[in-house]
Amino acid sequence: MIRSLRRVTPQLVTLMVLAALVSWFFPTFLQIEMSDGRLVGPVIDILKRGAPVAILAVGMTLVVATGGIDLSVGTVMAITGAVAASALVSGWGVPMALLLACGAGVIAGLWNGCLVAVLGIQPIVATLILMTAGRGIAQLITEGRILTFTDTGFSWLGSGSLLGIPVPTLLWLLTAVLVAALMRRTALGLLIEAVGINQRASALAGVNARGLIVVVYMASGLCAALAGIIATADIRGADANNAGLWLELDAILAVVIGGNSLLGGRFSIAAAVLGAMIIQTINTGILLAGFPSEYNLVIKAVLVLAILMIQSPHLANEWALIRMQAARRRAAREQEG
Amino acid sequence: MLLTIRSLTKTFPGTKALDGVRFDLAAGEVHALLGENGAGKSTLIKCLTGAYRRDAGEIRLDGQAISPTSTSEAQELGIGTVYQEVNLLPNLTVAQNLTFGREPRRFGLVDGRAQKLAAQEMLRGYGLNIDVGRDLSSYSVAIQQIVAIARAVELSGKVLILDEPTASLDAAEVRMLFDVVRRLRDRGLGIVFVSHFLDQVFEITDRLTVLRNGQHVVTAETAGLDRLALIQHMLGRELEAVEAQGHADTSATQKPEMLTFTNMGRAGVIEPFDLSVRKGEVIGFAGLLGSGRTESAELLFGLRRAQTGTARDTEGPIAIDTPGNAIAAGFGFAPEDRKTDGIVADLSIRENIILALQARRGWARPLPRAEQDRLAAQYIASLDIRTSDAEKAIGDLSGGNQQKVVLARWLAMNPRFLILDEPTRGIDVGAHAEILKLIGKLTEGGMSVLIISSELDELVVAADRIIVVRDRRHVRELAGEALSADTILKAIAAEDAAPASEVAQ
Repeated sequence: MIRSLRRVTPQLVTLMVLAALVSWFFPTFLQIEMSDGRLVGPVIDILKRGAPVAILAVGMTLVVATGGIDLSVGTVMAITGAVAASALVSGWGVPMALLLACGAGVIAGLWNGCLVAVLGIQPIVATLILMTAGRGIAQLITEGRILTFTDTGFSWLGSGSLLGIPVPTLLWLLTAVLVAALMRRTALGLLIEAVGINQRASALAGVNARGLIVVVYMASGLCAALAGIIATADIRGADANNAGLWLELDAILAVVIGGNSLLGGRFSIAAAVLGAMIIQTINTGILLAGFPSEYNLVIKAVLVLAILMIQSPHLANEWALIRMQAARRRAAREQEG
Repeated sequence: MLLTIRSLTKTFPGTKALDGVRFDLAAGEVHALLGENGAGKSTLIKCLTGAYRRDAGEIRLDGQAISPTSTSEAQELGIGTVYQEVNLLPNLTVAQNLTFGREPRRFGLVDGRAQKLAAQEMLRGYGLNIDVGRDLSSYSVAIQQIVAIARAVELSGKVLILDEPTASLDAAEVRMLFDVVRRLRDRGLGIVFVSHFLDQVFEITDRLTVLRNGQHVVTAETAGLDRLALIQHMLGRELEAVEAQGHADTSATQKPEMLTFTNMGRAGVIEPFDLSVRKGEVIGFAGLLGSGRTESAELLFGLRRAQTGTARDTEGPIAIDTPGNAIAAGFGFAPEDRKTDGIVADLSIRENIILALQARRGWARPLPRAEQDRLAAQYIASLDIRTSDAEKAIGDLSGGNQQKVVLARWLAMNPRFLILDEPTRGIDVGAHAEILKLIGKLTEGGMSVLIISSELDELVVAADRIIVVRDRRHVRELAGEALSADTILKAIAAEDAAPASEVAQ
């Protein structure tokens, strides 16, 4: 417990600094009120809007832990959203829509996993295929239109609330907790880390490395399906062109801000979802602070760069060196004095 | 002397890769650099070409002390290298490759005609009649190799290092390459020739230097050395005092047979062989690097799929087509290259120890943490793994301790047949003896062990039976009285004698 808390300390500190920074511009940032039986306030908004990236980051963390990457998750969101919307429009009902959407996500992951683990294609290339082709598939499903639906049961998943808390927030929290528990209460986490650090040695020790790699891509596909369902439910429509657009990059960024190495190995799901919340805090914070929207992307880039620089092990070493030299100089001066 | 190296030392965490090595290269000679895996050949070359920075020692070229920090700096100084995998650009033409980085220009643009002429000029004297305007990849590896040599000679011009240049060439191509090497030698270049093909060493080199375990063993005129003496130098005779005892105990050869492998083979890897393993027996595979000794073991563990052959135990056939199946059959395999195939560097000692056990249990049944801690503590104590803590990353341990952890990983599985490929490579003398002692203890408990080793004396001490592997064939089995380093050496060195005796028949 203490160890995992120490693991996420940099992310927690970053969040607190960001909160303080936004509060400076927007004093009521941390205020939360009860209105119509649901909690409202900027923080709640962040917890809700960050849901898709947070859920993507959970799956992406597993893929990255094996030394891979999944560029297709944004597109898979569009596909699964289209599948869910067209199922609803056809009148098949919410359970069927959810099942089909999740199934589509798992199949997308299976495709990626097979390209990587069986054919041995580099992950970045293998998932790029679906990233590009997938938008076309989604457009074929929606027949090029924005498919809208009116089912309130389904849209509750995107905009409803339970016990005052937005449903998307509960969904990403639940996903993160369940997956983290699955990883750490079983041996999956250890085996995935072993494969990510040294696939050859792990396979030689009897670990089914190929199978595990396929499974993590399937998990990533399922997470993308969940994110796609939330995004689609939120706007009550499937937009094949824009749903999940560029979110794969935010998901990768969340994993990296969470301190997970893109080379694979040790991973922390908690840190990755905190990373997603950091990104959403920046997004929302820039708007709240009143900057014109043209500045958003540039400010976001500067903040992300600052966060990554602070976390950089190289800079940490340099900093330690500088401090050591300063201490030595001070000691020398004191001796002279 | 063109090149002199004195007391060259290079240390990596846990191992001393080079320990006070000396090496001399005269202008106009071909000098072989020999040694088994881990002897320090490639470290020496990398220190010479600037890929590594040496820790201590001196390198002099033409009497000037040098310490190149990059391959390009080494090239400018006059040291060029050609590797086994040609490191040119296959999608460019021969002429573009030869003039790469120094293209003749006209009005700022590359002058194609002048480029071709320059390339033809560079290739003159290599006996090559090729169209320099065609892509490099359209020519055979041998020609690519010669193009690489031509480029290296053009850029450097004093010392040429050929690192396993003939590994992927056929006999005619080797002859072509050797013609080029001789011509360059006659032009006054100093050529370092790294190869484990001893025939080629005797054919082309004037002198040779043997390294073993990072130390200089001998430098001699090639002509004055016979094959047997050379192999003796390469494999070493360090445990002579122990070896004198020999292996008087022949009881293991009377034990019941436990595993039988019949006709195991794979084309181009190892010719079909039979092997029977008795309970509690230690079998040794002896042979030079590339002889097929490791490949044989990989077949037995399913790391390479056997094309032919079956495996049986006393109850019937067993499947060993994948490592997972071999492990299920009670096999274990501690590989030769500990870093890339053995340890999972960032995981802790505890996690490395339980890895194979956990893989066999499956992901859904995690080994309870208390049990993990108990296993880790047990093996840290019983194998004397030197560490402050079971939670330390295995990558931080020394080579010998890493090897013990890999051993512990398999011992925790309680295998009936354990394959150890070079179990004492690159570890210090103390740990070396401990691991040999441990092997003896394991077999008393009924485990059968297969050891692959380049160190003959180690094999003679540890093994009940030794199988000599040569040219991808199992050529001899030695046991009892016949088990000595001398007989093994003769069996390995009999390379030339074998075809001759066939003719006689």
